[in-house]
Amino acid sequence: MSETIKHNNRFSISKAFVYVLLSIAAFLSIFPLYWMFVMATNHNSAINSVPPAFLPGGELVTNFTNVVNTIDFFGAIWNSLIVSAVTTVGVLFLCSLAGFAFAKFHFKGKNFLFIAILVTMMIPPQLGLIPQYIIITKLDWLNDLRAIIVPGLIDAFGIFWMRQYISSNVPDELVDAARIDGCTNFRVYWNIAVPVIIPAFATLAIIKFMYIWNDFLWPLVVLREDSSFTIQVALRGLIDNYVRDNGMILSGTFWATVPLIIIFLLLNRLFIASLTEGAVKS
Amino acid sequence: MARMNTETQVQMPSPKKKSSLSEKTKESLSGYLYISPFFILFAIFGLFPILFSFYLGFQKWNGLGEMEFVGFQNFKWILTDPLFWKSLTNTLYMWVIGTIPQLIIGIILAYALNSALIKAKSFFRVSIFMPYVTSTVAVAIVFGIMFNSQDFGLFNVILGWFGVDAVSWGTSEWGVKIAISTMVFWRWVGYNTIIYLAGLQGIPKELYEAAIIDGATIRQKIQYITIPLLRPIIILTVFTSTIGALQLFTEPLIFIGRTYREEGITVVLYLYREAFANLAFGPASAAAIILFIIIIVISSINVLVANRISR
Repeated sequence: MSETIKHNNRFSISKAFVYVLLSIAAFLSIFPLYWMFVMATNHNSAINSVPPAFLPGGELVTNFTNVVNTIDFFGAIWNSLIVSAVTTVGVLFLCSLAGFAFAKFHFKGKNFLFIAILVTMMIPPQLGLIPQYIIITKLDWLNDLRAIIVPGLIDAFGIFWMRQYISSNVPDELVDAARIDGCTNFRVYWNIAVPVIIPAFATLAIIKFMYIWNDFLWPLVVLREDSSFTIQVALRGLIDNYVRDNGMILSGTFWATVPLIIIFLLLNRLFIASLTEGAVKS
Repeated sequence: MARMNTETQVQMPSPKKKSSLSEKTKESLSGYLYISPFFILFAIFGLFPILFSFYLGFQKWNGLGEMEFVGFQNFKWILTDPLFWKSLTNTLYMWVIGTIPQLIIGIILAYALNSALIKAKSFFRVSIFMPYVTSTVAVAIVFGIMFNSQDFGLFNVILGWFGVDAVSWGTSEWGVKIAISTMVFWRWVGYNTIIYLAGLQGIPKELYEAAIIDGATIRQKIQYITIPLLRPIIILTVFTSTIGALQLFTEPLIFIGRTYREEGITVVLYLYREAFANLAFGPASAAAIILFIIIIVISSINVLVANRISR
């Protein structure tokens, strides 16, 4: 008797411990985002005082007006949207097509070529950075969104991901049957494979969109004019000012972060599964 | 079987030579066509730049004038530059401070999330994962302001509550490293937690039940069941976070700005500065090659250690 009570007690203590631990973790994860909002609504003087503001203030509009006067905020968001969306759509098409070929077609050197693609994943992207920059200048793509989009279409992981998914989800029988009915290879891809692999598209789309949206080093190298900036590069313009207005800086940062957070909250299951499954399976 | 059947069916009706292309050649041609975009783009924007980097490493060039072959001069120059060594040790320090706590706390949080009877599981999951959705630039800006060296910087205010003097995060040797490592930690810990959680959910419950019957303590359960079965995933996260840490760039650039302060400069930041601030493309390429070699060496050590552990 006494032993079961003891057991129950210990159980509830460890349970309470788990809740405390997770609550602290959740608090620390959310707090900087909350604080970003607090700062975005406070005057610089309220931020730069001891203790700093911990509650939202009334400077939301003023701060954001300052942001818009300092950088081309909406232009940069638009550029990021274009770059991320176009690259993502392109990658979905090219990777699924290549993945389909690797999964369902027979051709010489297939395995070798597939392994070659996997090997490219291990090369650190900085290795070719300088020549890549030179190529972009030679193509006259400096300050041109194509400088981000076209190299962004190279996605070895995407091909790997699509091949795995198509191999296990598109039955050979269906492909063969479609061929006997006289479908061209592209029609087999389009009519048989594409409808089946929508979940794989969703995963890859989230990974790719997030990657391009958040990318910083490469856009920083090839986008030098304000009008071509993506939002990440534009945000840097906020802190480069001689006078540091933290309310303004965090207002820009907050409004640049919010859209992605909202999409994440709406699709959180899909997001979490996509971003982590991809890593585990590769 | 199915494949064999159709192949014979397809080949039978098409007499040789008559139709312009047999189904089989069509299939190979489509295959090559469908995978060609990757190889064409990779040749231009991947392979050629890599080879050219190796070439540039042995040249003196500012991007405009004539190139001049200088042998190993660039490598010598880099390897005798104290700032390069500083950037390398900084990177390694921040790798350790940023990565190890991240992985340990990730495992603990995953274990907590995986324990039975936890309510609001999805709330915890979503909030812990949220930092990963925030862009690196945004993280660096927010934490940069929190790590303000003045008294009103948030971290200094918190230290003040405990009677600790303000730290000059932006300029002190360890302040800079701790600040940058914290940014990395905050953004990635939830991501790793979810990956570990996926691993934990794959461990059969019967194992734990059997252990409880045998009277195992929580510590014993973790030590003899959880850790060994989680090993492949731990190796994976060590591997990816190591490679990520060696390429650290955004956080230090945003935090220390254009001054490239030596307390916080990393190898990639050093490379960027050589190339795009000093226009020294030769030394910058040499630095890129050295970084590549370091990454290969550390990855191989990783693989070796992983193999030994899992034996």
